[in-house]
Amino acid sequence: MRLAKAAVFAASLTPFAWLVYAAFADRLGAEPVEKIASVTGVSALIFLFITLSITPLRRATGWNALIRFRRMLGLFAFFYAVLHASDYFVFDQSLSPAYIAEDVVEHPWVLFGFTAFVLLIPLAVTSTKGWVRRLGGRRWQRLHLLVYPVAVLGVLHYFLAVKRDVSQPVLFGGILAVVLLARFVYRSPDRRRGANFRP
Amino acid sequence: MLIRRPPDIPAHEITDEAAYRDRRAFLRAFGLGAGALAVGLVPRDLRAAVQGDDKLTPYEDVAGYNNFYEFGTGKDDPARNARAFRTRPWTVSIEGEIGRPGKYDIDALVRKHPPVERVYRHRCVEAWSMVVPWLGFPLRDLIRAVEPTSRAKYVEFTTLHDPAQMPGQRRGILEWPYVEGLRMDEAIHPLTLMVTGLYGRTLPNQNGAPLRLIVPWKYGFKGGKSLVRIRFMESRPLTTWNLAAPDEYGFYANVNPAVDHPRWSQARERRIGELFRRKTLPFNGYGSEVAQLYRGMDLRANF
Repeated sequence: MRLAKAAVFAASLTPFAWLVYAAFADRLGAEPVEKIASVTGVSALIFLFITLSITPLRRATGWNALIRFRRMLGLFAFFYAVLHASDYFVFDQSLSPAYIAEDVVEHPWVLFGFTAFVLLIPLAVTSTKGWVRRLGGRRWQRLHLLVYPVAVLGVLHYFLAVKRDVSQPVLFGGILAVVLLARFVYRSPDRRRGANFRP
Repeated sequence: MLIRRPPDIPAHEITDEAAYRDRRAFLRAFGLGAGALAVGLVPRDLRAAVQGDDKLTPYEDVAGYNNFYEFGTGKDDPARNARAFRTRPWTVSIEGEIGRPGKYDIDALVRKHPPVERVYRHRCVEAWSMVVPWLGFPLRDLIRAVEPTSRAKYVEFTTLHDPAQMPGQRRGILEWPYVEGLRMDEAIHPLTLMVTGLYGRTLPNQNGAPLRLIVPWKYGFKGGKSLVRIRFMESRPLTTWNLAAPDEYGFYANVNPAVDHPRWSQARERRIGELFRRKTLPFNGYGSEVAQLYRGMDLRANF
């Protein structure tokens, strides 16, 4: 299991590794800030989708060990979201609170992305076993329902960011719909009965 | 051959940029009379050209980072997909409210209007910008030659429609062919350029070869590429981006930091090659030459 975890960890770093390599090899193109934004943004969404797929996959296949990867994958979604947001805060808005506030207030797509990012923070912070214990399973789980608005806002953010060719954001919306449907189909029998939460 | 008389020295090398930037001190030192004389002597081309710390954008970026949806929506798609694009033979149909309509061969047009170099800022509606040494001739020269009638109030520019050569046109991203337009006074403004080259060379296919429009005080999408038709009209032409999203892309599309795109700010822009954004200038910095075209107009309503 440790080996498997190490392998997933290394694979999850691929987009980041590519960005680092491209930065040094001068392969980020004419607009590196935009390139970083798009690679990290798309990666954050993909890791969010993978994280959301773990539970239905586990229930569909009975492969319960999958659950052990969920936290790490969720934290990778956060990792890429942090890179994405930092790229925006630093290079697009020169770390100016006034610029950022104005952009967030005036442009819905920025507001959606910003909100999704802010909502991810408590999820990343409470991802440890200690926080599960401290909050109690039920409250912890309720808090982590925030992952749904985060995913929906993330896809909306992507959709509105694109000028005309929305094929990729629409594809991402389709993937999210499939993932959410799978989660509904394979929803917890416990929850239907209102029984105890099992971490 | 496209460029019959290439300039021996690019125009931007004739006046040293530092000297040009010191022009105010120069004017003060030599007094008003000499100053006025000096301004008269500096070619209009140069006065309109590079201002402030505008460094030329490297050729690779100008020819490698393109919005030309006919060849794909990715920024690097046009350079890849336009490689085999045929720009000869090429004729431009000039028609409508003019005395001398006809099909004009591109090489004949260039022979008649030898290209000059113009260094312009180029501001995309997506909030990035470049500084490009274009080669071209003022559209007004062509307009004079075709003798517009009094009914010619607008000019419409149409891009080639050829899905076999332009893979982007096989998808309904926009209404094809791409159409842009100008008011007549904008079209005959001396800054408005018919472009046939850049960086002293023939225009790369991905930049709109063999003939494109450049209007430096407007967002880049106003500059139709690979033009096959120039039509003089009494009514305002229906333009592609305006039809696609009228609330986002106006007919005028003058660079205006005070009027945001509904989805993003136009107050600042990223100059290609720079990491941080810089302030966007009204009319892309050409206000002293073009603002009078819009006197009395509400630029917020006519964006």
